[in-house]
Amino acid sequence: MSGLLVAAGAIGGVILGAGLALLRISPYRILSLPAAAYVTVMRSVPLILVLFWFYFMLPLLTGHPLGALSSALTAFVLFEAAFYCEIIRAGIGSVPKGQNQAAAATGLKRWQILRLVILPQAFAAMVPLFLNQVIILFQDTSLVYVVTLHDFLTAANIVADQQERPIEMYTFVAIVYFVICYCVSLLVGRNKGPVFR
Amino acid sequence: MNATSPDETKLSSVSGRPASSGAPMILVEGVSKSYGHSAVLKQCSTTVARGEVVVVCGPSGSGKSTLIKCINGLVPFDSGRILVDGVSVGDRRTKLSALRAHIGMVFQHFELYPHMTALENVNLAQIHVLKRSRAEATAVSTKLLERVGLSEKLNSRPGELSGGQQQRVSIARALAMNPKAMLFDEPTSALDPEMVNEVLDVMQVLAQDGMTMIVVTHEMGFARRVADRVLFMDEGRILEDTAKSRFFEEPATERARQFLSKVLTH
Repeated sequence: MSGLLVAAGAIGGVILGAGLALLRISPYRILSLPAAAYVTVMRSVPLILVLFWFYFMLPLLTGHPLGALSSALTAFVLFEAAFYCEIIRAGIGSVPKGQNQAAAATGLKRWQILRLVILPQAFAAMVPLFLNQVIILFQDTSLVYVVTLHDFLTAANIVADQQERPIEMYTFVAIVYFVICYCVSLLVGRNKGPVFR
Repeated sequence: MNATSPDETKLSSVSGRPASSGAPMILVEGVSKSYGHSAVLKQCSTTVARGEVVVVCGPSGSGKSTLIKCINGLVPFDSGRILVDGVSVGDRRTKLSALRAHIGMVFQHFELYPHMTALENVNLAQIHVLKRSRAEATAVSTKLLERVGLSEKLNSRPGELSGGQQQRVSIARALAMNPKAMLFDEPTSALDPEMVNEVLDVMQVLAQDGMTMIVVTHEMGFARRVADRVLFMDEGRILEDTAKSRFFEEPATERARQFLSKVLTH
């Protein structure tokens, strides 16, 4: 369950986040302003609220229940997209302006410049931030108990109750979380540092 | 004769000269530009004939870079008119990307694409703008990189090249588009002193091949050897626009005299 949420949140979030980032850097305000507003709102709201909102309020609005899993998935994708959007935008912003000018000076068009010159360089700057966000996402999946989903922590909770050995169980869970997150952060560390130049 | 690229053995292609070679290649007329309240260009006017080499000099912040970036539309200007080979740069109907494809530009900090090899850098716009096949582009790039003395470095990334080598790659990148004119924005200012000449030598050959060039530079030796005319700018104005010999022997303005005495005594 945790794995599914992380995978869906990361993949869906990156795709939607990339779309949002492209809107945000668009020169047209009609496109960039709504995207900016969306990102700002999502980033200022606790994840747990977004989870509640999709679980309890959307069914009220739409008239039929969404189900715990699909509401949690939707919430994660929409929430993570805001963060991935900012990571992608920062990555694009980290490429020196001169690159854009130099590419434009050879007659390349805006979209070609982005695709051929800017994004490949931006991606190098994004990788560590992406992995960081995945760590946070993984930890955040423990929040889905609020919508009655059984993630890893909830499952451990139940086992701890049954076996009446909460200390061992929670310590075990903590170690598992730690090992997974630490491994990913090692990956982050390896990917840091200037890739070019 | 090779049908695809007859000029590939020469550094420059001057074959694109139309019959109306009497008209100037570049015409700048009353161009002004300001950022907020600070005016960076004030009523600048000049013309550059086909095959002419014009050096633009002046103190930092005098608007030299802005002026040449206006010529290929990288920097929009507020008023006035710029024509490149008869095409109006400021006109909304002008496709700037198409215009820029025919004007080469070389930057102070090279601005090579760090994730590509030298060859790929020179290939990129040929493939995506001129729609040459990869094989055609590679043939042109290889010849050009050879001509700027980098046949050994085709597959090196910019990070593995010295500043002088990077700048020569960027000249090759611009030339690969068969430009009608070349703009140089302080091409040697970011180089170690011993690498300045290898870049200036390439530029001199280019000038001798008949390329139309505007060069923003502090290299007065280059101006003396290669320029036809010198523009002197200060505080956004073109104060002098004269033949090279006049400029160095008897500059008309006091400001240019001061500038020259400072630059030349060092």
